Amino acid sequence: MASSSGFDVRRQFGFTTIALACFVMLYLPVVLLVVYSFNAGTSVAIWEGFSLRWYRSAWENVQVQEATVRSLVLAFWASLISTSVAVMAALATTRTRPFKGYSAIFAMINQPLMVPEIVTAVALLIVFAAVKVWTGYTGLGYLVLAHSAFCIPFAYLPIRARLQGMDLSLEQAASDLYARPWQVFRRITLPQLWPGILAGAMLAFVISLDDVVITEFVKSAGQDTLPTYMLGQLRRVVTPEVNAISTVLLAISVTMVIAFFFVSRMRK
Amino acid sequence: MADLARTRERRELRTRWLLLTPALIILFIAASGPLLITLIYSFLTPGDYGGVQWKFSTDAWFNVVFQRDIFDDTLGFADAHLSIFWRSVKLSLMTTVGAVILGFPTAYFIATRPANRRDFWMLLIMIPFWTNLLIRTFAVMELIRNEGTINTVLMALGIIDEPIQMLFTEFAIMVGMLYVYLPLMVLPLYASMERLDFSLVEAGYDLYATRLAVLRRIILPLVKPGLIAGSILVFVPSLGAYVTPRVMGGGKQLMLGNLIELQFGQGRNWPLGAALSITLLAIVMVALIFYVKSAGKEEVGHG
Repeated sequence: MASSSGFDVRRQFGFTTIALACFVMLYLPVVLLVVYSFNAGTSVAIWEGFSLRWYRSAWENVQVQEATVRSLVLAFWASLISTSVAVMAALATTRTRPFKGYSAIFAMINQPLMVPEIVTAVALLIVFAAVKVWTGYTGLGYLVLAHSAFCIPFAYLPIRARLQGMDLSLEQAASDLYARPWQVFRRITLPQLWPGILAGAMLAFVISLDDVVITEFVKSAGQDTLPTYMLGQLRRVVTPEVNAISTVLLAISVTMVIAFFFVSRMRK
Repeated sequence: MADLARTRERRELRTRWLLLTPALIILFIAASGPLLITLIYSFLTPGDYGGVQWKFSTDAWFNVVFQRDIFDDTLGFADAHLSIFWRSVKLSLMTTVGAVILGFPTAYFIATRPANRRDFWMLLIMIPFWTNLLIRTFAVMELIRNEGTINTVLMALGIIDEPIQMLFTEFAIMVGMLYVYLPLMVLPLYASMERLDFSLVEAGYDLYATRLAVLRRIILPLVKPGLIAGSILVFVPSLGAYVTPRVMGGGKQLMLGNLIELQFGQGRNWPLGAALSITLLAIVMVALIFYVKSAGKEEVGHG
């Protein structure tokens, strides 16, 4: 007999060790970052006791307040706009026979995923710099537009996945009973599509909230979001205040990602 | 009847384009259109204080690789650019290799867990991936700076007297990129390993293959599509990285992304910046076409 009882065909030497080390590596820096946000001292490496002073100082920092509000407003509009147009685009590109120009449209929708961010950022800088001179407008509109654009694929993909898995027979039945197209959409499609829309919107929100590169190049003076504010701070002496801001941002992202994980798994 | 069918088809077509228009307009204004304008800018003359003059010139493209000596006007390679190109490619390749070394065993580990636990392990890989890239880079920075955790611990233990300079080196950039892009390697690798047929592995052992032979002759060929996909998914964003080299390299060790930014800041050479960014885009597109071709052949089922 070739096989002995203790022999596991799935085992490879050292793989489990490397894998576990990998998980530790992935989480250790972030855990330390969070731990030191509660440090009573001014160091991000020497522990001097527990305190919430850095959260308080971040909370009282006017720049941080403004950046937080701006980040949230921006993420709200970007996810609202990108999800709305993504729902329409997904309805137009699924559940039909393959049509001419489909792959071009698909490539265009997914362009933000393929083109390096720095390339898009520089391209937007060039265009918006000219538009800013022509129109004199320097408001938040440029950032909303830029964020909406790169959030579209993140909203589109989960919605499309949901649509593809949906049963057509209910909609057909509704049409047979003389429901108007809009009624069919409102009463039959939308309720089934809802988890996909929610998942897409959350993903878009997180992506917008986390963006650094495009925001850094598009923003006008005094339009820092939380990530660009932090990037600016890294040049100076770093205090645990940055850790505190990071921890709050992390908490928002992780909550959204876990929620996304469960929403996208909801029963159809 | 044929008429009715044709009217319906036409109506469907109109609805489809109506539904697509808003998304395509936004993408055209803030994604595709600006890329075309960048291409045009790369053929213009730089303005004195940034911006451009609308005068045709191929200087920017020429300057991507060559430069004229300011004293005797002889032609030479633009060493500064070439060394940054080289550093970008080198660090991206090293990051990719590092990601294979760490990511392969990790994906294998997850794929060999009981089916109901795999989702949990994958969630652990996904959470860091979806959290802020800047924050993750910053977390690594705090670990390796001179007054950071590693040096503090080593000095407290008396192993070293002086902090080891790790931040602002090429090593730091590579570690940072490896840290932030590792999940991109694990994802596609796991997708192909999950479908691995272990009866083939068993057959290998029945034929007296060693563990290494099984890994090399059976497992590796079967998960090759995932390996290629993962490598490209790590290589592409590494090559275009901007935040990680800026934070970890501290403006001393530039990569392509930082060189591009420089032309729009202190460099005041927008056409050169445009030409460099189109160059980066071209390299990335070649890698992605290669990816689509290899994925199409083997039908890697993800995304």
